[in-house]
Amino acid sequence: MNVGIGLPNTTPDAEGPLLVEWARLADAGPFTSVAVLDRLVYGGIEPFAALSAAAAVTERVRLATMIVIGPLRANALVAKQAAAIQTLSGGRLTLGLGLGARSDDYEAAGVSERDRGRRLSEQLAYLRAGIDEQRLGAPRAGLEILVGGSSGPAFARMARYADGYAHGGGPPRAFASAAAKAHAAWSDLGRPGRPRLWGQAYFALGDPERGTAYLRDYYAFTGPFAENIASANLVTPRAIKDLVRGYEEEGCDELVLLPTVSDLDEVGRLAEVLAG
Amino acid sequence: MKVTILGAGPAGLYLGILLKRAGAAHEVTILERNAPDATFGWGVVFSEETLGALRDADYPSYLRITDTFARWDAIHVRYRGHLLRSRGHGFSAIGRRHLLAILQERCHELGVDLRFGVEVAALDELDGDLIVGADGVNSLARRSLERELGARVTPEGARFAWFGTDLVLDAFTFAFQETEHGVFQAHGYPFDERTSTFIVECPEPVWRSAGLDEMDEAASMGFCEQVFATELGGHRLRSNRSLWLQFQKVRCRAWHHGNVVILGDAAHTAHFTIGSGTKLAMEDAIALAEAFQRHSAIAPALADFELERRPVVERFQEAASDSAAYFERVGRYHHMEPLQFGFNLLTRSGRITHGNLTQRDPEYVRRLDSWFASTGAPAPPPLFVPLSLGALPLRNRIVAPAGTSGAGLVLSAFTAVSAEGRISPDTPVCEDPAALRAQADEAHADGAAIALCLGHAGRRGATRPAAEGIDVPLPPAEAWDLVAASAIAFAPFGQVPRAMTPQDLIRVRDEFAAAAALAAEAGFDALELDCGHGRLLAGFLSPLSNRREDAYGADRLRFPLEVLDAVRGAWPADRLLAVRLTADDWARGGLSVADGIAAARAFAEHGCGLVHVVAGQAVSEGRPAYRRGFLTALSDRVRSEARVPTLVGGHLTTIDAANTVLGAGRADLCLLDLAAADRVLA
Repeated sequence: MNVGIGLPNTTPDAEGPLLVEWARLADAGPFTSVAVLDRLVYGGIEPFAALSAAAAVTERVRLATMIVIGPLRANALVAKQAAAIQTLSGGRLTLGLGLGARSDDYEAAGVSERDRGRRLSEQLAYLRAGIDEQRLGAPRAGLEILVGGSSGPAFARMARYADGYAHGGGPPRAFASAAAKAHAAWSDLGRPGRPRLWGQAYFALGDPERGTAYLRDYYAFTGPFAENIASANLVTPRAIKDLVRGYEEEGCDELVLLPTVSDLDEVGRLAEVLAG
Repeated sequence: MKVTILGAGPAGLYLGILLKRAGAAHEVTILERNAPDATFGWGVVFSEETLGALRDADYPSYLRITDTFARWDAIHVRYRGHLLRSRGHGFSAIGRRHLLAILQERCHELGVDLRFGVEVAALDELDGDLIVGADGVNSLARRSLERELGARVTPEGARFAWFGTDLVLDAFTFAFQETEHGVFQAHGYPFDERTSTFIVECPEPVWRSAGLDEMDEAASMGFCEQVFATELGGHRLRSNRSLWLQFQKVRCRAWHHGNVVILGDAAHTAHFTIGSGTKLAMEDAIALAEAFQRHSAIAPALADFELERRPVVERFQEAASDSAAYFERVGRYHHMEPLQFGFNLLTRSGRITHGNLTQRDPEYVRRLDSWFASTGAPAPPPLFVPLSLGALPLRNRIVAPAGTSGAGLVLSAFTAVSAEGRISPDTPVCEDPAALRAQADEAHADGAAIALCLGHAGRRGATRPAAEGIDVPLPPAEAWDLVAASAIAFAPFGQVPRAMTPQDLIRVRDEFAAAAALAAEAGFDALELDCGHGRLLAGFLSPLSNRREDAYGADRLRFPLEVLDAVRGAWPADRLLAVRLTADDWARGGLSVADGIAAARAFAEHGCGLVHVVAGQAVSEGRPAYRRGFLTALSDRVRSEARVPTLVGGHLTTIDAANTVLGAGRADLCLLDLAAADRVLA
C-alpha cells in the first residue's frame, strides 16, 4: 500500500509559502502522493491552484484531489484545469471527483444542488469521452480519475467512469465495507481488473488539540458528526500505525493522511512514524 | 456528573448500574412512567457472546441473571408434520419482568435514584449534565429531537402478537402451520421453568383473511391456540396486552445532540425475529459507560459511543431486515424439502452460513449435504455437487467466465448477434465458426460445459472498450448506428438510437436465430439469451426505455418472446436455453420484482430452462444497492415464485457464500467473482 500526505490547503493559517515548502518536503520524503481537499465557503487555497504550486516544486509524487466537488465547476473548466495540472506535472494528476456535502458551497457557486448526481455523471462522461478535447486543447489521455461517495448510485458512477474509488474516511472496517461495494459495482458493470482504492484519514502529531479544534470547525455543518470526525483524528504514532496496518489489510492501494495542523514539522513527524 | 435517564427498561437500568459502579460521584436518576412491576412482553433472549459482555461489565447482576436462566442449544423447526432439530446454537433467556427486578435491585444497592410513576411531558423539564433517552421505541427524547437526530420510523415485516404459554419448550422453536387463509408461524422459547414466550406471526393479507383485524384479544388468542393446537399439545396461551402489532423499525442518523443521547430501542430497533433488541440495548449501555471512562467531557464520550456502536447496530439491523422479509414471505418456501427448509430458515439473515453451521452442528450439515447430493455416503458441499439441467450434466455448480479452469459451466463473454449489436469495437460477433469451435473445445478440454452469452447491445452499443469505462461513447468517426426499442440515448453524450422499424424487428430476430444455429453447430452446450442490463431485449421489457406506441409497446414482453421462440426453434431441442434477465430495474418507474418474476414465468413457458438473475442498469442513473451477494434475494424470489432454476452472481466471493445460497435453495448455480473462483479451482 502507498501512503500519501495531504497538503494543508484548508487548515487555518496555511499560507502559500508553507504549502509550497510542504509539497517539496513530501516529494523528498517517503510519500507517494500529495492530496488536497475542496471547500468553497471556507478559508484556504483552491485545490487546482494548490496542486499547480505543488507541481512546480515536485518531481515524483502524484498530485491528487480527495475530492474536488465536480458539479461546482463547468465541465469544460474541470477538463481545462485537469489538463493544465497534467501539463505542469508531467502527467501526475489523480483527479478525485465527488458531490461534496455542503449546501452553501453550491449556493455560493450559484449552482443548484438538485440533480447533482446526474450532473456529476455527465461531467465524468464528458471527461472520459473526450468531448471538446480538441477545441479546448485539453487532452485527457492518461488522466487517472477517482470517484467518491457512499450511495449505490455513487458506486455505480465510480465503476462506470472512474479508475478507482476515493473513500471518505473512517475506521478500517468502514473502509472494508465500502471496498466490497466498490468491487461489487466494478464487476457488475463489467469492468476488467479491479478498481484502485484510495483511503484517507486525518492526523495531528504536533498539536493535537489545535488539529481537533480545526476538524470540529471544518465539519460543524454536519452537526453531531463533527465530534465523531474530530474524535477519529489520529494523534499518536500508535494510532497512525494501527490505521495504516488496518487499511493495508483491507486492500487499500493508497492511503492519504491529511494534516489538521499547518505546521511544517508535521511532514517530518509523519515520515518518522511511517519509517519506525 | 449529574445524569438523568429517561426510562427504566434494561438499557436505562443497566446504564445506571454501570455509571454508578464506575464513579460513585456520578449522580444518577432514572425516571420511569410505569410502576416498578409493570411490564409487557414475556421472555428475552441472549446469546453466549452477550453473556460474556454482561459478565465483564457487572458480575453481581450477571450472577443473578444467569441463576434463573433457561438455557438451551437447540433450534427446532416444525414444518409440514416434520420436526427438524439443529444443535449448537447456545441461547439463554430470562423473563423480562425478572430481569428488570434484578437490575432494579442492583440499582438500589449502588445508590441509583429510581423514580417510578413519573410522567415526563417535555425534554426541557429534565436537568442534568447528561440526559439519556432510554425510553424505548416510542422515545420522547427521540421524538423531541427528530430533525436533529434524523430519525425515521417505518413499519417492517408481518403482523404479530406476543403471547406467553405454560408449555415449557425445550428449544428455540419455529412452527409453521398452513391454514385456509395462508401460513401462520410461531416463534417460541422457554424463559423459566414454567413459561415460554410464544409469538404468532402472519403476513398482513393472511391476518385480514382470518378476520384477526376484527377480533378482540380473547378471540384472537383462541384462534391462535387452535392453529397451533398440535404444537401446544393441550397447553394454553396467555395474554399480556397481546395485541396484534406491526414492528416499527427505528433508524437515526445520529444518536446524540448536545447533551442528550439515546440508546437501545429509542435509537434503533431490530426485528424481533432475530431476538436482539434487549441484547443491543444492554450492549449500548456498556459501550456508553465505557466511553465515559475514556473521556471526561461529554461531547467526545458521546462521539466515541456512537462510533463504537454504529457499525455493530447497523449490521444487526440489516440482518434483522433480511429476517423480517424472510418471515413475511415464508409461504413461498412451502414446497421445499424439510432439511432445506430448515437450512433456509437458519441462514435467513446471513449470520449463519453453511460454513459456520458446520462448526455448530456438523450433523445437520452432513444430512443436508447428503440430501442435496442425493447420496447416502459423505457428500461434498453443495457447490461441488453435480447438477443436471434438462439433458445437460454439470460436474459442479460453479459458473465462471471463459479462461477459468475447474468450473462446471463456463459462460462466454457477451457475444453480439451482429456487428451492429456490439457493445464496443472489441466485442466478439457470433460469425466465425472456427473461433466459436475453438472456444467450445477449450472448455470441453477442461471438462466443463460451455454456454454462449448471445445478445445485442441496443442503445448501449458503440462505446469505448470496458477498460476505459462503460457507456463512454466512441468518437463519431468510429461509431456505428444504434437501434433500440425507442429513440432514447442511454448515457450522457450517448448516441440517440433509431427506434426499431418492423423490418428491423424481423431482421434482428433472424440474426438471433442464425447466431444460435452457428453456436449449436460449434458445439456449445447451452445458450444464454441476453435480456439484461438495458441492452436491446431488456430495453423492450422496461417501461423506461420502451415508449413504443405499437404492439411491442403495448406488450413489452412481445419482442423478447418472439426472439426467444425464434432462438428456441434454431437451437437443438435437447440443449439448455437460458435467459439473462434483469428482474428489477432498480430505478423509479422501472420494472419491479413482480414484473421480473412475471417475465421469468413467461420465458420458462417458452422453453427457457434457466434464468440468470441480474438487476439494474436499465438506465444510467439508477439506484442500485451493492454489497456481497447483492443479487441473492432476487434470485431467491425468482426461483421460489416463478419456479424456474436460477443462476446468480452478485459478488459472491467465497465458497461458503455459494454453499449457503445453493444449500438454502436460493439458486441452482453460482457465478463466482473471479478472484474467489481462482482460489476455489487452484
